[in-house]
Amino acid sequence: MPDTHTRFGSSSGQPATRRDGLAKVTGAATFAADNRPEGMLHAVYVPAAIARGRVAHLDVERARAHPGVVRVMTPADHPALAGDPDDKPTRFSFRIEVLQDDTVRYAGQPIALVLAETIEAATEGARLLSPRYEAEAPRTGLDDNAPFDVEEPGFGAPGETVHGDPEAGHAAAIHAVEVTYETPPQYHNAMETHAVVAEWDGDRLTLDTPSQALAMSCAAYAHLFGIPAENVVLRSPYLGGGFGSKAIPSGPMVLAILAAQEAGRPVKLMLTRRQMFGPVGHRGATRQTLRLGCDADGRLTVIDHETLAATSSFEMFLESASNASQGLYAAGALRSAHQGVRLDVGTPGPMRAPGEASGSAALECAMDELAHAAGIDPLDFRLRNYAETEPGTGRPYSSKALRDCYDRGAEAFGWSGRPMAPATMRDPDGTRIGWGMGTAFFPSPMFAAEARATLRADGSAMVETAGADMGQGAWTALAQIAADGLGLPLDRVEFRSGVSTLPDGGVAGGSGHTATAGGALHAAGGDAIRRLGELAAEQPDSPLFGAGNAGFEAREGRVHVAGDAGRGDAFADILARAGMSELVGSGRASRPDADTRDYAMNSHGAVFAEVAVDPDLCQIRVRRLVGAFAAGRIINPRLAESQLMGGMIWGLSFALHEEARHDPRTGRIVNSDLAEYRVPVNADVQGLQVLTVHEDDTHVNALGIKGVGEIGITGSVGAIANAVWHATGRRVRRFPIRIEDLLAPA
Amino acid sequence: MSLSITLTLNGTERRIALDDARVTLLDLLRERLDLTGTKKGCDRGQCGACTVLVDGRRTNSCLTLAATLDGARVTTIEGLARGDALHPVQQAFIDNDGFQCGYCTPGQIMSAVGLIAEGTAGDDPERIREGMSGNICRCAAYHGITLAVAQAARRMDNDPAGDAA
Repeated sequence: MPDTHTRFGSSSGQPATRRDGLAKVTGAATFAADNRPEGMLHAVYVPAAIARGRVAHLDVERARAHPGVVRVMTPADHPALAGDPDDKPTRFSFRIEVLQDDTVRYAGQPIALVLAETIEAATEGARLLSPRYEAEAPRTGLDDNAPFDVEEPGFGAPGETVHGDPEAGHAAAIHAVEVTYETPPQYHNAMETHAVVAEWDGDRLTLDTPSQALAMSCAAYAHLFGIPAENVVLRSPYLGGGFGSKAIPSGPMVLAILAAQEAGRPVKLMLTRRQMFGPVGHRGATRQTLRLGCDADGRLTVIDHETLAATSSFEMFLESASNASQGLYAAGALRSAHQGVRLDVGTPGPMRAPGEASGSAALECAMDELAHAAGIDPLDFRLRNYAETEPGTGRPYSSKALRDCYDRGAEAFGWSGRPMAPATMRDPDGTRIGWGMGTAFFPSPMFAAEARATLRADGSAMVETAGADMGQGAWTALAQIAADGLGLPLDRVEFRSGVSTLPDGGVAGGSGHTATAGGALHAAGGDAIRRLGELAAEQPDSPLFGAGNAGFEAREGRVHVAGDAGRGDAFADILARAGMSELVGSGRASRPDADTRDYAMNSHGAVFAEVAVDPDLCQIRVRRLVGAFAAGRIINPRLAESQLMGGMIWGLSFALHEEARHDPRTGRIVNSDLAEYRVPVNADVQGLQVLTVHEDDTHVNALGIKGVGEIGITGSVGAIANAVWHATGRRVRRFPIRIEDLLAPA
Repeated sequence: MSLSITLTLNGTERRIALDDARVTLLDLLRERLDLTGTKKGCDRGQCGACTVLVDGRRTNSCLTLAATLDGARVTTIEGLARGDALHPVQQAFIDNDGFQCGYCTPGQIMSAVGLIAEGTAGDDPERIREGMSGNICRCAAYHGITLAVAQAARRMDNDPAGDAA
């Protein structure tokens, strides 16, 4: 429907401030744990303090005796779930731990739950359970168990992809590198820990819980509790961050709902920060081996990318890092392969740019290493391997302004002044300076969504879809799209979302929410306008009388004959003549299979980094980080820039900060808090610059939207790591890069 | 056990009976006084989401036992705006997109109000970054936060009457 593009520009493309901004700066925004229904109990669960073994004893009597404690649930004593927690009722389901037995499969697994009148009593009750264990030797490192091959590729189970003849590519290489990079376990750590307030009314369940996938979560909970999905009302008006961790129901949430059912009272459970390291997903550790070769002119003959990725002992989710090497560089041959290793850790899951972040980190460093081996500038090396069509498949890109990103990013950064040799740039005080770059790359998937648009008698409108705003700005960007779909100013559109009773808004993931839910909203607006136009065409008093076959457009609250702005009628007048108080349109969006088959669809970008390394202490500071991104149509530049910057800072975090470390004796994570699990603070961030390059993309979807939520991490990790090498001459192949890596003798 | 304290909470003096000596200021606000704008991010003083002003100083409410606050003046995010008029820091956070998910935002804003009152940072970005580094933002809206604090510091410098709390 390319004609709809003509309506864009009034709201879409404008840097509107956040519609929920006022609520968020005044404290009025109600997050899940802010709810406190009458009669509510508090739940606190006990996380396992070992990673493998069984719970031998819990002092249930002492916990029960604590004033205020009303119930202690243990593996030996808990109400039954209607559904099997090992079932997979939805496409993105995992097996969950809900006190099925006394086995401990990872540190942090829930092993008991205490319900009490106050949070203080529940916390103390949980402490008094004083668990004793029979522990077995935990396996938490990538070498602690034998690798396995992926037998059936699928969600969380990436297989092997080969294009061309990798062996021939290796044989033909004049310059080659074979390098192994390691990435650590990382934990999402949204500022809002996972929380639920659950309230039952007979067989009806109301949940206040943050969700990136409302309809899917309802389906999962309905299955577990043996009720129809429509009996579950999930309210998620605000999410305090998600990053992939709040799409899939977890054991603690289910236990709290179960406790509420049995108690006959509402129950609140909010994870402690320490409990975020275990049952609610993480980015699994990887070890990636890349073998790259190029000819004498620097043209890649092969990219061969193997990943060993950790998963839990009982479930499958492998960080699909090797897939990052598909679809980007024009190599003569491509091979991406994965193996898994089962460890005594919580099940990994999707974490912002799952697979792409880890894979891009290693790939962009390996590209830098090969560029150096071939004596070619890293940016020039990438340009020599620029893919005009998708490598391997030959499919055209739906759009690809990556060359512009390279150009604009390099110019803004001043890349042309970079000396080729490492360890040559210094400040007058001796500080070592390095410049590095990386290509950013992320697919542009779509899910499926539905929406409703209601035109009202006063000429305003209400639009509805059960979407999720976890900070990306969905409430604002989606409302802008909806306003354009209806031809109304933004302030005439009421936007309702974040509750499961509305039309299914799909999943806020894969950077596809704006495209998907936005597409549905736009279609719903178009449907409402069409109905309104057809209504007017039947009204003798309307200027649109008899225009039924002409097609309609809407602008500024009026319906026009398509292409004839002079012949129109006001929404309110049409409805008044018809005696209608409102008119409803509906829409849906998903990507046609043919488009998925025929085009490669991705966002692209280029990131340039400057780091400063203290000559004595080897402290690493990122001084500048410049990213240029092409991601189709940008609906709201203010919010898109924030998203992209956030992603780039996640890249900085990946490169220099984040790592969960296990105690090899107990298998526990020793830094499971925000003091020791390091994420960037304000003082770590300076010199950030984001440029966006517009793309008109008529294939990716009707709105031309690609998504910006995740791409910022990709490219950034490699750019920073490559800059550290350029500053010091030291190539560190293990993330995060630490001071001690640079202090150690070469 | 009976324990009661008197607080001047967002400008109003309140006598509060504590049901439990273990209650932190954060859980008092959130679970007993319906002031849920102040957020719990770590409960360990590591993230700053629970920042409030106690006697004008920025304070981690999760690390403060309510029972120790008899006679104190406490300002939370709910006490910042004057009716419909936002505090300059609140307005600056909207103007500069100083947040994404909004969960750390009440703590960031209270911390910014405290920092500006401390008078050590002014509108110098590097000092602001340092002074705001007790407040983690996982969405990493730091660029906007720094701009917002600088903007508010300039406005409040021009109009000291706007200095709330």
